[in-house]
Amino acid sequence: MLQTKNLQYFYGGGSELSFPDIRCETGEHWLLLGQSGCGKTTLLHLLGGLLTPRQGSVIVGDTSLNSLKTSQLDKFRGKKIGIIFQAPHFVRSLRVGENLELAQQLAGLQVDRNHIAKLLGRLGLGHKINAKTDALSQGERQRAAIARALVNKPEIILADEPTSALDDKNTEEVIRLLEETATEVNATLLVVTHDGRLKERFEKRINL
Amino acid sequence: MLKLSWKNLVNKPLNMALSLILFALGVGLVSLLVNLNHQVEENFDKNLAGVDLVLGAKGSPLQMILCAMYHVDNPTGNIPIEKSRAFLNPKHPLIQQAVPLSLGDSYRGYRIVGTTYDILQLYNASISEGKLWANPMEVTIGAAVADAQHLHVGDKFKSSHGLVEGIEEHEHDFTVVGILKPTGSVIDQLILTPSESIWASHEHGEDSSAVQQLAVGSPDSASMEDHDHAEHEHAKVAPSTYDSLTIRQLAEQQRLELMGKTDKEITAILIRFRSRTNIQALNMGRNINENTDLMAASPPNEIARLQTNLGLGADTLKMLAWVIVVVSGLSIFISLFSSLRDRRYELALMRVMGGSPGTLFQLIILEGLLLAVMGYVLGILFSHLGLSVLAGFMKSTYRYSFSGWKFLPEEAWLFVGAILVGFIAALIPALQARRTDISETLAGG
Repeated sequence: MLQTKNLQYFYGGGSELSFPDIRCETGEHWLLLGQSGCGKTTLLHLLGGLLTPRQGSVIVGDTSLNSLKTSQLDKFRGKKIGIIFQAPHFVRSLRVGENLELAQQLAGLQVDRNHIAKLLGRLGLGHKINAKTDALSQGERQRAAIARALVNKPEIILADEPTSALDDKNTEEVIRLLEETATEVNATLLVVTHDGRLKERFEKRINL
Repeated sequence: MLKLSWKNLVNKPLNMALSLILFALGVGLVSLLVNLNHQVEENFDKNLAGVDLVLGAKGSPLQMILCAMYHVDNPTGNIPIEKSRAFLNPKHPLIQQAVPLSLGDSYRGYRIVGTTYDILQLYNASISEGKLWANPMEVTIGAAVADAQHLHVGDKFKSSHGLVEGIEEHEHDFTVVGILKPTGSVIDQLILTPSESIWASHEHGEDSSAVQQLAVGSPDSASMEDHDHAEHEHAKVAPSTYDSLTIRQLAEQQRLELMGKTDKEITAILIRFRSRTNIQALNMGRNINENTDLMAASPPNEIARLQTNLGLGADTLKMLAWVIVVVSGLSIFISLFSSLRDRRYELALMRVMGGSPGTLFQLIILEGLLLAVMGYVLGILFSHLGLSVLAGFMKSTYRYSFSGWKFLPEEAWLFVGAILVGFIAALIPALQARRTDISETLAGG
């Protein structure tokens, strides 16, 4: 479950942003729609604990992110929150599989190569497990990013414009995989986008 | 984490190679210099052999020491036995041991030294094969000579004039009668023979006849005995036992004989005092220098002076090498720092995946340390490889045994220094990594 209360953020320039309260139950899939520059990414970073709100709180499950110290928050995020970014990046010196292993290690979990292989296979990347991340196509990169977000079976999956760089076919596939895999681990999925193509696919929508 | 650091480094092979090579160069140079300095000093010290004073012809005291003790330089000249015989006397109240040396000939770069058995005691040498030299043109050779020139007991060779290879061969044959055990000192590199052999080679005019006579015994000694004796009766017999008492007695006898040959010359005398605290003994050198045509010099003093001068050069070079280490540290710093900019997103990502700021700090520090350790290992390897190459060269040029694979405690300190440089070089980039603003980086990514 993901919930915000009275969330406010201050930018350096003095402008202030307030967000509507959100409440997403476990296993629900939500779409967060908004035009560019309306604070979508800021909200997503607040939800993921990458930013600290000036006011209000973000609650994941029964933990308030505000109550955690930096390194606790990092660990918590690694375990409970999977984040997919607009442009998928990886640790470039590591191969696809190793990137997922690193995600497990950094979250303080056991490395489970079996699980990684299965997950990549599920996302159609089984044959890329030992590929350099630079050698992947756009679609493959985004799928690999999904694999990384999902590898620790998070409670919450946050996706920031996951389809903006993809063509229709890849968009369709990425969203389908996101929804399917989120359902498999019973995670709350929140997709932030201005991509009109996705509107039809989600029943639950929040407009910013 | 270590694996990740390693992979990050390998991912930029050129950057890594540059930092590594610079670092290895610096470390290698420091290690090389420290080792060279140490081994030269060690060799000098080992070959001091407790000699308190060296007597020779007037000239440069350092040259005389280098020539008579270390057998690297040319002699300052010769001294008549007549003027130096007092110092050879076994009954001299201040002198415990005196080793006369006659130089002038060599065999393929190895010096032929005319001397008495005293020299064996000086360097604690003992026979390994064959016997000691007793008659003119008989030689007992040091272990290194035997090794390098593949000489065996019974072999004959011709000497050449002078102390370097290749000048004007003498026609007389030397015969190897014995080989010494290796001692690690300069005696390993010497060819020992009675002084008569040297004189024979250098007595021009009556060349061959002199040698003929000498081959049986010197004219003087022969004249003291019966002229009618056959050759073999004059030939001296090498000792059959090698206990120090026998050797000592024989050596003293040899010295007494030498004292009788007042018309001959020798090159130098190495002297050990009976007591080093005796005032008269301590003043002996100065007395000789002020009141006689001879020159006296104290090896420890001369060598200490030489080492101070050499050491100054070595210190300057060492400083230079440290500068290289620091510069290579700087290169590690720059390459880490610039890689940091490329990897901002990666680092932020690691935070997203659960890594703490401390994790990132650790990662970068590890990269610096890894470079330093590898650079150190590489540098030490280079330096010791270089040393072992140099060892061969030193052996043939300076008659010293060098070892390429001896490690010094200084090198452990060098390791500490290397680690420190690696750490400091990585510190600022690591702090920077620690401070990475994830949100801003990711939003801008």
